[in-house]
Amino acid sequence: MSDKPPVQDFATDFDHTDTAWVKDPYPIWQDLRERCPVAHTDRYGGAWFPATHAGVSTIAKDTEHFTSRAVIMEVGRPGEEALPAPIGVAPPITSDPPFHQIARRLILPAFAPGVINELEPQIREVCRGLLERFGDDEEVNASWDYARLIPPSVIRQMLGFPEEDTERFIEIVHMITESVDNSEEQRLAEFEPIEAYFVQQIEDHQANPRDDLTTFLLNAEIDGQKLSLEHVFGTIVLILVAGIDTTWGAIGASLWHLAHHPEDLARLVNEPDLMPVAVEEFLRYYAPVTMARLVKEDMEYLGCPMKEYDWILLGFPAANRDPVVFKDADQFIIDRAENRHVAFGLGIHRCIGSNLARLELRVAIEEFIARYPRFELAEPSAVTWAPGQIRGPRQLPLRILE
Amino acid sequence: MKVVIDADLCQGQGRCFSIAPSIFGFDDLGNGVVLGDGTLTEETLELARLAQANCPEHAIFIEGDE
Repeated sequence: MSDKPPVQDFATDFDHTDTAWVKDPYPIWQDLRERCPVAHTDRYGGAWFPATHAGVSTIAKDTEHFTSRAVIMEVGRPGEEALPAPIGVAPPITSDPPFHQIARRLILPAFAPGVINELEPQIREVCRGLLERFGDDEEVNASWDYARLIPPSVIRQMLGFPEEDTERFIEIVHMITESVDNSEEQRLAEFEPIEAYFVQQIEDHQANPRDDLTTFLLNAEIDGQKLSLEHVFGTIVLILVAGIDTTWGAIGASLWHLAHHPEDLARLVNEPDLMPVAVEEFLRYYAPVTMARLVKEDMEYLGCPMKEYDWILLGFPAANRDPVVFKDADQFIIDRAENRHVAFGLGIHRCIGSNLARLELRVAIEEFIARYPRFELAEPSAVTWAPGQIRGPRQLPLRILE
Repeated sequence: MKVVIDADLCQGQGRCFSIAPSIFGFDDLGNGVVLGDGTLTEETLELARLAQANCPEHAIFIEGDE
């Protein structure tokens, strides 16, 4: 990543792994909204970035001109044989209509609010257990040692995978989301041991079925036919990748905010009923997830000469800061009543885990501030941000007050 | 006045039934549904408008509202 030339002009040469973008992308996006509003780059083999809510929304809902066959922007392009359309490698996120709806309906009930709400005590227990480990420490790393470890514990239990593999999941996620500068061959080679691990887990579930999501997928049927193992495998990878760094980023960014906005922290501590509204503002303001699409064919679109296989970097976090849609878009308003944020995407690919993510975010903040009603950044310059399409603090040393 | 959800537009973002659980519920897939026939009273109209203003998919309509 470091050997790439720094970006001079984000309008014509943007790179979402550039240091400036990783550190603070919001002024860049505002500048692009005023100047372009669709940025272009020759990097990654050609890509476009709509910086407005309107641009993001239009493309997110247009499955005729854009495919979801690949959703992580990288230097290479997925081969047809590796990703048979319309299923894709990780259904349903990599699926296009009409197959998309079939694959999505299959797993939607497992993530519906009634099912997910049942997990609240279990998530609370995970959070409390992690906080216990801090003991009497006066300084804690709220990202690395807290936010980072909550989502994998929850997802691991849902899938029915061994507890000791939690760290391994995190490594897998990073390999998939952060090796975007590697060639397709390198990525496939790196993926081999991961594939072997999942195959082993799937075989274990085939031999010993139990009440979890992996067994559910193995028993699921489409038109009276069991899912192919590739489909089961792909969906498990999706749940793991989409369910871990994303929520980690949201929890971490929210705690980062509270650490340097004592007035918001005090309000949440004193007005716990504010939490559901505050969670939506955290999601708007610090939306962690940017998606990608591929252009299906050469065309003029939003005034841009798009080419087949160009990437679209679909910046939901940028859409959430568009002043055309959000009043005082660059202000964090903890009790913002009207908040049509798009942190979970728009259209048919709306994040399937949104109910789970919200629940984890709310419980993680509730438990943290219940134990630590006052805290601040121990060293602001020590905070580091994840590069790539999933944004959030990686290191977040906090000083516990009183 | 009556509130309706356009099922073709709803993607299960989950905002309506969180904000106004007295007016909206959800189905097995997690998509929003209007509870009962959707008739709004003076008290529930404001809440329905708030849910409408928070729906990212613009899937909520209040018939007869300006």
